[in-house]
Amino acid sequence: MGKRVGIEVSIAAADAVASTDVDVVAAYPITPQTHIVEHLSELVNNGELDAEFIPVESEHSAMSVCCGSSAAGARTFTCTSSQGLALMNEIVFIAPGLRLPIVMILANRSLSGPLSIWNDHTDVMSIRDCGWIQVFAETGQEVYDHVLFSFRVAEDPAVSLPVILNMDGFILTHVIEPIEYWEPEQVKRYLPDFKPVNALDPDRPTTVGAFGLPGIYSEAKKAQDEALIHSKEHILKAWEELGQVVGRHYKPVETHLTEGAETVFLTMGSIGQTVAMAVERLRDRGEPAGLVKLRLWRPFPFEELRDAVRGAKRIIVIDRAISYGGTGGPVASEIRSALYGEDHMPAVTNFICGLAGRDVTPDDYIAMYERSLEMTQSKVGQEDSVFYGVRE
Amino acid sequence: MEAVNVYAARILEKQEYFKPGHRACQGCAEALAVRLVAKALGNNVIVASATGCMEIISSPLPFTNWDVPWIHVAFENTAAVLSGAESAYKALARKGRIKDRGTVFLGMGGDGATTDIGLQALSGAFERGHSFVYVCYDNEAYMNTGIQRSSSTPFGASTTTSPAGKKVPGQITWKKNMAEIAVAHNVPYVATACASYPFDLMEKVQKAARTPGPAYIHILSVCPTGWRIPPSKSIWIGRLAVETGIFPLFEVEDGRYRITVDVPEMRPVEEYLKPQGRFRHLTPEITARIQERVDFEYRKLVAKTQFKF
Repeated sequence: MGKRVGIEVSIAAADAVASTDVDVVAAYPITPQTHIVEHLSELVNNGELDAEFIPVESEHSAMSVCCGSSAAGARTFTCTSSQGLALMNEIVFIAPGLRLPIVMILANRSLSGPLSIWNDHTDVMSIRDCGWIQVFAETGQEVYDHVLFSFRVAEDPAVSLPVILNMDGFILTHVIEPIEYWEPEQVKRYLPDFKPVNALDPDRPTTVGAFGLPGIYSEAKKAQDEALIHSKEHILKAWEELGQVVGRHYKPVETHLTEGAETVFLTMGSIGQTVAMAVERLRDRGEPAGLVKLRLWRPFPFEELRDAVRGAKRIIVIDRAISYGGTGGPVASEIRSALYGEDHMPAVTNFICGLAGRDVTPDDYIAMYERSLEMTQSKVGQEDSVFYGVRE
Repeated sequence: MEAVNVYAARILEKQEYFKPGHRACQGCAEALAVRLVAKALGNNVIVASATGCMEIISSPLPFTNWDVPWIHVAFENTAAVLSGAESAYKALARKGRIKDRGTVFLGMGGDGATTDIGLQALSGAFERGHSFVYVCYDNEAYMNTGIQRSSSTPFGASTTTSPAGKKVPGQITWKKNMAEIAVAHNVPYVATACASYPFDLMEKVQKAARTPGPAYIHILSVCPTGWRIPPSKSIWIGRLAVETGIFPLFEVEDGRYRITVDVPEMRPVEEYLKPQGRFRHLTPEITARIQERVDFEYRKLVAKTQFKF
């Protein structure tokens, strides 16, 4: 078992990246991602990590450097937030098309304007359909474990896709938590050396990033979609083996007190912990409440979600992003789609809250629970997809 | 293959790495320049290309004209992609996972990809000091999208977004001097070249490849389609660009300037402008303004070559 240390989660995340013997790190500073890349550059400059740290002039170039590096066969990492993700957007969509197994931590932060440096999920929801594998961490330990997991899944020759690891800005990046570090033998056992499927190599010339005429574009993109869908079996295997190596077990969808629950909350990221407190208090009062947490966002875990909410009459989806003029919060609209046509489909109610780091307490979630009992099936444009706690 | 300029074509490698069968227009001097650059560098090279004519004509999936490893990611990020590949090789060689064979990292983009949208990425890569050769194939407008003006379009040229109108005589700004921008980054090797002078071009490419750190070559690439000339006139127009002093061929090694193709008697710019449809509308007054500017810039360049260190 590895040592357990009290440490800021960003530092632990950077140490986890360093433990993979990463070859190239390219990053541009943006709050709240900074501590991760600062620590990585410190490790490189102190000779503790043998890697190229490329302090690029923009996030657009950060992701571009990552594409070049990964294509050349190097284990590659970057990290960003919010506006940085928005600026690199163009290249974020290209990386999976080129099947480049880049790992990126996204320290989730709201998008401007108005400018905000604080946490919500508006950044990651803007790239929902970018083609990366996307997971959400709830705690510092989960962040640490999922750095190793992300490299393992991305670089699996049967996957060869980039992975985004979401961690909530400040709420996770800037807190000190007890985190169990992996021993080098555990890393070695879990994460094989990176052997790229195709690398830029003068001995074996390949053309990467050709252009697709209408006669071939759809085929290329369908192949990419299938690769993402089929990555799930390798994701499940990677979690299973992670459990064998360090004894912590992860699933695409986690449940808490869902047995006999009539109303379940659905969360992503660190708020799962707060909602768990609310659910426990509701249970103490005899209310049939439960909690479902989505860890795997892409590829979407349809079966696991259906299993997790089976028997529930109502799902309260907590969204931390807005789909302006759209079909409710981005998560809620996905959950509705995923469950549509199911027998005994639960009513889906939707609260948008915790934008730009605004505190949402267990009392607030209990209030949402009570309010949801008065609401029917959520319909877009009606009162049942609502901003919670907004002054009017 | 040093001093190829002296020994000429006989000693040139026969092998092509930018293969025939691509889809460039007839008389495309840019494709010719790409071929010469590829030939000059041989096969121990990794190429990163920007979106643009040269990318489109050479990589229609599932075909390729590239017999060397080649990557295209987007329009404005070539220098960053190249930085990544170069850094990857550096790290992997240091860790003993690949053998260091002195692979050359070649970036290529048009004038739009270099002087406009990709300038920031290129500036960043220059400043960080990666070891690479970046070649700008300058055909003086966005030819791939249909001849729209760029910051590299010369004064007076008519393009589809700087048309010669009743009030405005085409492009009314002076061409951005990208070679000087590279020099200002203290890049150890900077040169200008033109496919009309193939041996001068290849020698510069090889010199750039031998230079540790970043190197920049700005290649004037005559575009018959966009410049409105017959395809058979490409090489001739390229020579006129040099002989009129509009596009002098020079190199800058660690800040030291040298004109590599001497022009003892400068031809009037009119001889260069007149055959080209894009300058058809120019009045004698505008031509005179251009002449004045060309003379001034050339004198400035000569003065730089005479600077005593």
